[in-house]
Amino acid sequence: MRLVLAEDHALLADGLTRILTAGGFTVAGVVDNAPELDRALADPDVDGAVLDVRLHPSFTDEGIRAAVKVREDRPGFPVMVLSQYVEQLYARELLASGDGAIGYLLKDRVSDVTEFVDGVRRVLAGGTVIDPEVIAAIMARRPDDPLDRLTEREREVLALMAEGRSNAAIAAGLFVTEKAVAKHTNAIFTKLDLPVDIDDNRRVRAVLAWLRA
Amino acid sequence: MDEPEETLVLEHPDVPAPPKQPGRFKLTGFAALHVLMAVPTLLFFILIVVGGVVAVAWVGLGILFLALPAGRWFAGRHRLIASRILGAPVPAEYRPVPKGTHLVGRVLIWARDPMTWRDLAWMLFAVTLGFVMSLLTVLLFLAIATGALWWYGAEPIMRYRARLDRGLLSYGTTERLEQRVQVLTETRASSIDHSAAELRRIERDLHDGAQARLVSVGMNLGLAESMYAEDPEQAARLVAEARATASAALGDLRSVVRGIHPPVLADRGISGAVQALALDMALPVTVTSELPGRPPAPVESAVYFAVAECLANIGKHAGAANAWVTLRYADGVLVTVVGDDGRGGANPDSGTGMRGVMRRLAAFDGTMTVSSPDGGPTLITLEVPCALSSQRTTPSSPTD
Repeated sequence: MRLVLAEDHALLADGLTRILTAGGFTVAGVVDNAPELDRALADPDVDGAVLDVRLHPSFTDEGIRAAVKVREDRPGFPVMVLSQYVEQLYARELLASGDGAIGYLLKDRVSDVTEFVDGVRRVLAGGTVIDPEVIAAIMARRPDDPLDRLTEREREVLALMAEGRSNAAIAAGLFVTEKAVAKHTNAIFTKLDLPVDIDDNRRVRAVLAWLRA
Repeated sequence: MDEPEETLVLEHPDVPAPPKQPGRFKLTGFAALHVLMAVPTLLFFILIVVGGVVAVAWVGLGILFLALPAGRWFAGRHRLIASRILGAPVPAEYRPVPKGTHLVGRVLIWARDPMTWRDLAWMLFAVTLGFVMSLLTVLLFLAIATGALWWYGAEPIMRYRARLDRGLLSYGTTERLEQRVQVLTETRASSIDHSAAELRRIERDLHDGAQARLVSVGMNLGLAESMYAEDPEQAARLVAEARATASAALGDLRSVVRGIHPPVLADRGISGAVQALALDMALPVTVTSELPGRPPAPVESAVYFAVAECLANIGKHAGAANAWVTLRYADGVLVTVVGDDGRGGANPDSGTGMRGVMRRLAAFDGTMTVSSPDGGPTLITLEVPCALSSQRTTPSSPTD
């Protein structure tokens, strides 16, 4: 798997390259500014990207904009966005296309190396990995939204699903059997009126429904 | 630094083509009006003085409550006449009385307003020397024999009277400057206090949060290093602990940064940042923004924290089902309205948060008005005069 890495801090770029390489990925290129990132993403041999939100030249939200743009040209192109802070607003923008294959994490999550590498792998496989901080903010939301139909347990399962976890991982996290998790996910899909489809896509759409509620 | 100097209006802009100066007959008409109004003016002058003297009793306050506005009305008529004679505006500059101020509060604000005292002085003039001048003009006209005197005298007399009226009923340039300096001195002192307090708070937050945690990270790592050879298991535990503490330190730093200048504000400007705030609220908040450009960064920041404070209060106290924020820009003023359909009865003077917001806005000549009747809805209007930069904020995709 060939990845483009955009990170303007040399120290962090080195660290990330090391972690990604150790995780079995090939870092095809490291860039530190938006124009170079555009060029790197235009390379058809690249399988995905790990992007920092703030880049040269204006140090605002280049990473988010680049992610949205590249996915307009190449729908479903896997992008993992890393940031010093997370915003629901940006999570929505990243997920708006509904194609999945999106990660949006706080930079500090990288310190849990196995978890992070696993997240990148899931994004490359078309999954969605959203930072627990964003999810917590959504959890605290209004009581009258459509997700109210979900039981407490189902909401927990959905939250873990949004973090990009597999059924097995969710089962381990909640101390229940994988079969029980499968039952919950099916209940979630039914309650959110998600038609039978490829499982991964339904998971993405359940998360989307949740974010948009 | 960009000073909002266009807000310093010392002289009202002159009307481009002044209307034709009133002729002798019209001037005499004005003089007759002056004479007619002198009687009620005298009556209200006496009432105000009497009311003021017995203001310790309720009846005095009652008299003032009725007589002062009536006196103002007559002063207003005279301002109008003076501006017609002089061909230039004679503005009334009373201090604003906030909506919902009770009777005593109103009278107190009026009593503290220097314009009220000028009105009184003017009333004294209008029923004495002013009265004589206008009466003279009318008499010169009525007594046919003095027609020649009227022909030459009406205009200078009436112009002179109008100038005296203006001098008493409106502030001069020097007085306006003095008042402006007074306001600037106050707001500057308070914004210096405010930023000093902010710096202290940030220092404390860093000291108690991130700094303390990083010290602990260093200690744990040092300990782990020293026991790495003998007890690798314990060392690994310490390293894991250090990592968790480093994460917590980053969390602390993020919240400190949000309190100084939220990153989303830098990225997306006030519109995007308010949208981000709205998304983090537990109740649905509709954001409507019609800004043709971006306000200066300090204004954006002040308005952002003001909106954040308002929304936080709605979440805590209003018991609202819906809230909304609108951002508009008209006539050089950024107007932000934060509303909710909650129970109302919000008092901007309770709670240090809102006072801080007002102080911060005052540094930009901004104002905050609160309308919150019992039973709601609550509307908080923030107005800040500023210029917009032409640069438009374009989010990468529209959000609802």
